[in-house]
Amino acid sequence: MAVFVPTSLEELLTARAERPGLDLVAGGTDLVVEVNFGRHRLEDVASLSRVPELGGWRREGPAGPGGHLVLGSGLTYTEMLDPTLAELLPSLAQAARTVGSPQIRNAGTLGGNLGTASPAGDTLPVLAALEAEVLLGSAAGTRLVPLGEFVTGPKRTALAPDEVILAARVPVARGHQEFLKVGTRNAMVIAVCSVALVLDEQARQVRVGLGSVGPVPIRALEAERFAAEVVDWSTGRFSGGEADLRRFGELVGAAARPIDDHRSIASYRRRAVEVCARRALERTMSRQAA
Amino acid sequence: MGTAPTVARRDRLGLGTSPLRPDGGPKVRGEFAFSSDLWAEGALWGRVLRSPHASARILRIDTAAARALKGVHAVLTALDVPGSELYGLEFQDQPVFASDVVRYMGEPVAAVAADHPEIARRALELIEVEYEPTAPLVDPEAAITAPPIHPEGNVVRHIRLRHGEDAEPGLPGGDGLVSVEGTYEVGMQDQAFMGPESGLAIPDDGGGVDLYVSTQWLHVDRDQVAACLALPPEKVRLHLAGVGGAFGAREDVSLQVHICLLALSTRRPVKVVYSREESFFGHVHRHPARMWYRHSADPQGRLVKVEARIVLDGGAYSSSSSAVVSNAAAFSSGPYRVPNACVDAYAVRTNNPPCGAMRGFGAVQVCTAYEAQMDKLATALDLDPVELRLRNALASGDRLITGQVINGTAPVAEVIRRCAAAPLPEARPHPPAMALPGGAGRTADPARVRRGVGFAVGFKNLMYSEGFDDSSSARCRIEGGAITVTCAAAEVGQGFVTLVHQIAEDVFGTDGVVLAPAETATVGSAGSTSASRQTWMSGGAVDAACRAARDALCGRVAARHGLSPEMVSMRDGRVVSLGREVDLTLDEALAGDVVDESVTFRHAPTVPLDDKGQGDAHVSFAFAAHRAVVDVDVDLGLVRVVEIATAQDVGRVLHPLQVVGQIEGGIAQGVGLAVMEEILVTDGLVRNPSFTDYLIPTALDMPVVEIAGLVEEPEPGAPFGAKGVGEPPTISSTAAVAAAVRAATGLELPRVPIRPEHIALAAQ
Ligand SMILES: Cc1cc2nc3c(=O)[nH]c(=O)nc-3n(C[C@H](O)[C@H](O)[C@H](O)COP(=O)(O)OP(=O)(O)OC[C@H]3O[C@@H](n4cnc5c(N)ncnc54)[C@H](O)[C@@H]3O)c2cc1C
Repeated sequence: MAVFVPTSLEELLTARAERPGLDLVAGGTDLVVEVNFGRHRLEDVASLSRVPELGGWRREGPAGPGGHLVLGSGLTYTEMLDPTLAELLPSLAQAARTVGSPQIRNAGTLGGNLGTASPAGDTLPVLAALEAEVLLGSAAGTRLVPLGEFVTGPKRTALAPDEVILAARVPVARGHQEFLKVGTRNAMVIAVCSVALVLDEQARQVRVGLGSVGPVPIRALEAERFAAEVVDWSTGRFSGGEADLRRFGELVGAAARPIDDHRSIASYRRRAVEVCARRALERTMSRQAA
Repeated sequence: MGTAPTVARRDRLGLGTSPLRPDGGPKVRGEFAFSSDLWAEGALWGRVLRSPHASARILRIDTAAARALKGVHAVLTALDVPGSELYGLEFQDQPVFASDVVRYMGEPVAAVAADHPEIARRALELIEVEYEPTAPLVDPEAAITAPPIHPEGNVVRHIRLRHGEDAEPGLPGGDGLVSVEGTYEVGMQDQAFMGPESGLAIPDDGGGVDLYVSTQWLHVDRDQVAACLALPPEKVRLHLAGVGGAFGAREDVSLQVHICLLALSTRRPVKVVYSREESFFGHVHRHPARMWYRHSADPQGRLVKVEARIVLDGGAYSSSSSAVVSNAAAFSSGPYRVPNACVDAYAVRTNNPPCGAMRGFGAVQVCTAYEAQMDKLATALDLDPVELRLRNALASGDRLITGQVINGTAPVAEVIRRCAAAPLPEARPHPPAMALPGGAGRTADPARVRRGVGFAVGFKNLMYSEGFDDSSSARCRIEGGAITVTCAAAEVGQGFVTLVHQIAEDVFGTDGVVLAPAETATVGSAGSTSASRQTWMSGGAVDAACRAARDALCGRVAARHGLSPEMVSMRDGRVVSLGREVDLTLDEALAGDVVDESVTFRHAPTVPLDDKGQGDAHVSFAFAAHRAVVDVDVDLGLVRVVEIATAQDVGRVLHPLQVVGQIEGGIAQGVGLAVMEEILVTDGLVRNPSFTDYLIPTALDMPVVEIAGLVEEPEPGAPFGAKGVGEPPTISSTAAVAAAVRAATGLELPRVPIRPEHIALAAQ
């Protein structure tokens, strides 16, 4: 077993082109667990932590609507909690705060969450609601893939053997964002289900991403259309009544495709996304994201 | 808030102060060597092959391919066990390796030793085991009458307890009696210690072996290992290696026999460290329970009769099931005066994971049921739950449902009063999201959070019961100016190593005493670090040994100086006469000689329960009360335990900080059982053998612990008057949390752990 520590993207992509399927390790918080459980045997492996092009985040285009935020695949959860970024992407910061423990948040990365593509990956419903695209790179060039096409199944992605996840590209949206995650303990828990809600005042859209209630992150499109009608777009706040909240919750619940497993049961998961969805929409009235 | 003592420089030595643990600094700095950190030159790595089936016949085992793998030094199966094929704590009914049938998922079938853990893992993959799976017996109720899954039968023990004039099944007669009934369940809890099973075995040249291992009882391990190895006990020397928690899970043998077999057959040191997953299969768990109860009381709320049927699932092998079910029966009606009782308690075999000792040992399960019953009774009688408990509280001189009269202290009313008197925590007007149910997940809507308060009282026995010859040995040697105490008591985190120093300080007036490592070669058995017994038993033994050594030394000095023995004593580590005419250092006092005193300490004898579950089976009892305050998100069913107030009967506080440590830790485990901790088993297969999915409380799940009272009524007959404090904190904390969640939701919630769906899907 050989370990490569490339110090530039070019070096990394060349190594990946020469050895398709070369294992990549970022924070190692998923990969090493797989190895320890004997579900994955490491052959040659390349570390991503010294590749500067994969770190950090930057703006692309205008600062407001129309612009994008490009989040490097090496971005850690702790970095997602940095106030500057958290203000731009509050739902991502909220999701990051629910991940693991401080140690895991210091090591675990966005790219790793995407690479694993677990149905319980906490950034995935957020990225779905943000309508993010995944930027993939190989020695042959780069391509942008919408999140919904990138995640092809539970723990399955469209990543080619010679590719590397470079970044997630997120359109800038003005408006309230929420992320709620249900787990059986108050911290450091895998999602039983999660709901991300993003208001895009420019596009007059409410977008909802659901986690852990299907093989891949789910968009609740019908609920989104309904919600757009009950938001006062002059203020960006929910302006309906109790019946609207209930209806919204039901529509979100109907979009879920939960299963029974050792973490919960399908009927609870459906109920819980209903409750979380209506609470998320209701919270837009207070407009405090934190 | 609370009465948690801070550690200050001590202005005096001895019992009652809070010296720092000698191993505390190294543990906090990460320098403490746990059993998994041990290494010896040339050591091999051992691993165990386990059954993937809960129930199967073994048709064939072929180890040839594994043996042929380069780097593999031994592949052992049942055929390679030279001595007893079976081991066990109470009955020898568990095979070292399964050979014809496997009775639970994870049962050992073979073991390998190899140059590297990865080679060992690959070797396991190369062992061919042909199984013929059979339908597992997984319903403990059905097990009572089902065809036996083990030659010893399915019912490990049935206790048919009949007490009082109205002891047969059926409602009592009488005017205005109120009866309440319920069926309760407790899931399978794991001890979830941090340090997985691990050890290092080093063979010697004479066919013997030294085993460094984390365990709760060195000598009982030694005897079981020696029997399986067909060696005389003195050829098997056990040494306590750094223990990362125990809670009952290290009472049974796990890797001990396998690792010694591997070391003896390869003539190389062998190291074994279980992974976290393997650890879930490597030790016993807390018995899941199903319990039917009927309580009857008079209109004043005085209990008239308790009827119960209790079924504990012991899993495939007996472990300590017979003692656990004895406790479950004896404590089945709680710390209350109950004139008539009719209790049938069973521990049965199934093809589920074996269950045995865990903190609280049979008393925890029944407490969740009888305390739920007391609340139902309070509602039926329209009485305050605390008042109902006070009206029935046991006191010294009362009789238990086993017929035993409590001769020691029983401040039940006092712990109830002190706990109930603690001020309730204020509801915060604008709690941060982290402090609400759901915590970091930000799910709570404060308008949909309900607060509930629940109260529970529990008790259990201290020390071993039912006629067991329970003893502890200690040795004190004074030589060349040094005082050395030797005792085989296993330090598993509880703080015995601190206590020994405090005891010796009181005897010798100096803090310079050395505690020798715990092992089996130079000192007798200290008994198990369990049953809240080491402070009493090994504390008593160490105290007696130190006193014997001191008195021997002082006696010699007195004789040498023509003084009567009572004229000479020890002060500040020096041997002095009353008027200080004689004032000697230890070295001077010894005058080239050595003092070496060994003592074996025993508690008062007990007797087994008779065929009606009656008898003076127990030595002493400890009591505690818990009041839980919870916030519940009634839509999502998420629970936040806000605070637990507690008062505990401790006899005497010997180390204030360690008492608080036991209370907080015990409450953490009690909270865990109430709202999250459960090994999920389907058709005998464990579904969550990891800390990813076996959830234990984090700092955000741990409530504020308010110690409302440490009730100090010295226990007659106990060394220092102190009662063990380790178990009571877990016994009623679970029941209190469950009661609080019921109060918040209005739901019956007869099962722990309470899962979110039990609340969210029950509500309208
Ligand atoms: C204790 C614990 C708690 C956890 N809690 C949570 C939680 O609450 N929520 C949650 O969502 N997850 C959780 N996780 C899972 C894990 O931390 C996250 O999925 C994390 O984002 C993984 O990132 P990483 O950098 O550690 O990935 P790694 O383990 O390094 O990699 C994961 C996978 O992605 C691939 N990969 C990584 N980077 C790239 C890249 N740039 N291009 C292509 N492929 C790549 C790797 O090859 C590998 O297959 C937890 C894990 C642990 C151990």
